[in-house]
Amino acid sequence: MTPEARAALCERALRVRERIIRMSTGGGCFIGASLSCADLILFLYASVLNVTPETIASPERDYLFLSKGHDVPALYGTLAEFGFLDEARLSHHLSPKDSIYWHPNRAVSGVEFHSGSLGHLPAVALGVAMDIKMSGGANRVFVIVGDGELNEGSVWEAALVAAARRLDNLIFVVDRNEFQANVRTEDLVPLEPIAAKFAAFGWGTDRIDGHDFNAMERCFARLPIERGKPSVVVADTVRGKGLASLERRADRWFVAFTREEAAALIDELRGGAEAVVESSVRMVR
Amino acid sequence: VTYEERLLEIAETNPDVVVMTAENRAAIRNVPQSLGPRFIDVGVAEQTLVGAAAGLALRGRVPVAHALAAFLTMRAFEFIRTDVGIAQLPVKLVGAFAGFLSEANGPTHQALEDVALMRGIPGVNVSCPADHEEMLAAVSSMVDDRAPWYMRYNPLQPAWRHRAPFVPGVAEMVTDGTDVALLTYGCVARECYQAAERLADGGIHVRLLNMRTLKPVDEAAILAAVRETTIVVTVEDHFAIGGVASIVAEVAAANQITVPLYSIALAGRWFRPALFADVLECEGFSPEQIASRVSAAYAGRHDARGDVHA
Repeated sequence: MTPEARAALCERALRVRERIIRMSTGGGCFIGASLSCADLILFLYASVLNVTPETIASPERDYLFLSKGHDVPALYGTLAEFGFLDEARLSHHLSPKDSIYWHPNRAVSGVEFHSGSLGHLPAVALGVAMDIKMSGGANRVFVIVGDGELNEGSVWEAALVAAARRLDNLIFVVDRNEFQANVRTEDLVPLEPIAAKFAAFGWGTDRIDGHDFNAMERCFARLPIERGKPSVVVADTVRGKGLASLERRADRWFVAFTREEAAALIDELRGGAEAVVESSVRMVR
Repeated sequence: VTYEERLLEIAETNPDVVVMTAENRAAIRNVPQSLGPRFIDVGVAEQTLVGAAAGLALRGRVPVAHALAAFLTMRAFEFIRTDVGIAQLPVKLVGAFAGFLSEANGPTHQALEDVALMRGIPGVNVSCPADHEEMLAAVSSMVDDRAPWYMRYNPLQPAWRHRAPFVPGVAEMVTDGTDVALLTYGCVARECYQAAERLADGGIHVRLLNMRTLKPVDEAAILAAVRETTIVVTVEDHFAIGGVASIVAEVAAANQITVPLYSIALAGRWFRPALFADVLECEGFSPEQIASRVSAAYAGRHDARGDVHA
């Protein structure tokens, strides 16, 4: 990747993060989990997915399913960046007059399916990937899966069936931010070694830094990771990435900030001083 | 025509139809070789069956998904509600061994709340054919419909000749009478038919309604039965909560009318595991027992109103 291309992506990523921060005012949003996978979602739309606002309904498009649906601000921020979604609609966040709320709704252009209940979209994506194979299509199906979401047995059911059916058009991207709602994953139900678990289930695996665009480029250019097998990319990420005042904080999963705090966070994001944020955390799980 | 032959006919005329199963092949044993890649067995994984069916439907397929009724409607309930119900995708769910058809499997396998669960999901329809012949019409009908459907699989031979075509939301009036309305569905319909014959011999004239679909339900037939007969008796191999007894009460309440309603159902417990005929006998669902329970209810109602033995 050229330095110019990387710089352009970094600027886009800053804009996506600004949108996420703005969505954390009012009633708030799942900001920590959105910031962790923002770079991944941005990169997939920028450089990997064969989909544009014009081809969003095409049966030949690549699919991206957000299985950890609470990170939807990162998706909306990205959809706005690439013209799938009118930027002005983001100000409708949590308004009953629109469909932009804490979890994705496919009434919003660019959202492939609703989610929020964990462990569903691995199975739904499996069905889509099976149909693409059946129809002789070459498109691919990406699923953003949370690491905490790997607690759900249905993820592993779908993983078994995907391997059995040799679905090399199916790619899971695990947002490995090391946290689930309230605690560190490894302190509750340890998940490691994640890649080895998927490998044992018959998947091709890779592990990358989920904030390094060069690493993403190298990884996603070589899909499927193994011929005839579904792929899983375990992406090491940081909860709250981009804001030192939020990073790796168990209590910064879901936050409702004041407008002043959001302004301070955007300033921090753009290189200003670390924001001082006092807003209480809403316990929603 | 067998059930799987009908499915293959449907699949032949509709190239979008895919037949799926969570490794429950009893009814579709010969489908894999005939349907090739349009037959999908995900293994014993009901959640994945339903989720993948939703994904296939997103791509324009019409999946007909088979699994044991208990595991399909209960283990995968939230997948049905979330991925099929919320999205209103044309997924057709077929539950095997529902109600008394689970015979001697025991309570783990007894789906006695499946109708309540499935009809509770907005936009999900429920079909409970009375026998094999009616099921063939029901499966064609639900595949043609855009809505999600749940159907109780029923391989039993018909007890009477169906004259009216199968139409969702239209009950079949099997016999007419004004003393007792007997409302039923599914695999106990035969026993109700024979009970109605016995009751007629004893001078009690039964309007037997085979409901066919519980959702949409034939409200007009229910209201007419309430208005035109002395008592309403519902008979179902389902828990008393959420099935046709509840439906009659809901329809009556919504129309602000009272109904002398007697429910013959499983009241708050699972049934004694045994072969079908023995289950019927043990649980009071043989034709003789149904006739006797209806007769007692009818006599009681007359007593209460003081127009018999006055």
